[in-house]
Amino acid sequence: MTDHYIVLSAILFAIGTVGFMTRRNAIVAFMCVELMLNASNLALVAFSHKNGALDGQIAAFFVMVVAAAEVVVGLAIIVTIFRTRRSASIDDANLLKF
Amino acid sequence: MGAAVAFWLLAPVMVLGALGMILARKPVHSALCLATVMISLAVQYAALDAPFLFAVQIIVYTGAILMLFLFVLMLVGVDAADSLVETIRGQRPLAVLAGVGFGLLLVLAVGRAVVGPDIGLAADNQAYGGNVQGLANLIFTKYVIAFEATSALLITAAVGAMVLAHRERLTKRPTQGDLVGERMRRYAETGQHPGPLPTPGVYARHNAVDTPAMLPDGSLSELSVSATLRRRSGQPDRRDLVRPIQRTVAELQADGELPQVAKPGAALTRRADLLPPEDRQRSAHRGDTPGPGAEPDGGTE
Repeated sequence: MTDHYIVLSAILFAIGTVGFMTRRNAIVAFMCVELMLNASNLALVAFSHKNGALDGQIAAFFVMVVAAAEVVVGLAIIVTIFRTRRSASIDDANLLKF
Repeated sequence: MGAAVAFWLLAPVMVLGALGMILARKPVHSALCLATVMISLAVQYAALDAPFLFAVQIIVYTGAILMLFLFVLMLVGVDAADSLVETIRGQRPLAVLAGVGFGLLLVLAVGRAVVGPDIGLAADNQAYGGNVQGLANLIFTKYVIAFEATSALLITAAVGAMVLAHRERLTKRPTQGDLVGERMRRYAETGQHPGPLPTPGVYARHNAVDTPAMLPDGSLSELSVSATLRRRSGQPDRRDLVRPIQRTVAELQADGELPQVAKPGAALTRRADLLPPEDRQRSAHRGDTPGPGAEPDGGTE
């Protein structure tokens, strides 16, 4: 049963990767990152269940905490960029482009 | 058994939700699809003997993080669509190809790496009287350093968000007198009407806010409809709203019950009469210029 969860987690992670690479709206790209974090959480909890140890759930819990902090700062950056450039597209924030 | 039922019921929903998230045209639809995936994920946690993470997933992820996303969507603009300009040629097909290959690699390699029996968490969850107690035991003994570091991370994130969102006011805040002076100066220079925008029209059959008001001369005032609604409804033809009124006026005039005037409503004050003569012709039909009732920039902080 565990490998079913791992496969589902892998599919969700791959979908998140594709979305992050193809979508141009910064907020949607950010949502794709959240989907990838959630997929890894599912794998952690599934492995925790398989191995009979709660450490995987602790790891998933810490991932959630870090994701919360990351979302706060990331969305603040998006709002700041939108204020100065009047655009939420990630193609427009290209001043640091090599 | 229950876990298998939950898995096979929710796994297709989750994959479809994730696909809908990356395929939806509007960001709000993406956010709702993501909410579906996250709630389904919470149920999977419950099926995997993780009741604490089930609650945290719903409260923190679906409740707090996703609502934050929706708030920012509201600030940044719901109608901000994706740009279709390709900065790197052929990037999208290549990205999809790479993503599918990556997914296949993960599924075939990691998905088959599980060996050994599924032990389950029944014993661990009962060791300290419950799942939450077991997690607390681990957090405050084995992982206490990481837990303390988390507090520093959260404080940093909160301060960082405040610093990023804060904007220093470089000019003096305009007073009520400044705003009125600016409005009257604009009226003197460009003839823009200093009063508020007209309200939307109310008719016997339509009282929706996207119904434009009818001016006394029988024309429709596009200024009376909010710019967002005008853009969303795609400029429908609203002239059929005033046609019955014009027909009735014409019939009454034919019967002699109304005085014959050159134009219906010409004796009344038209909006265009409030403008300087050279602007009248132009502004009588304008639809897109920002209205005089709109707050000047900087007035709202």
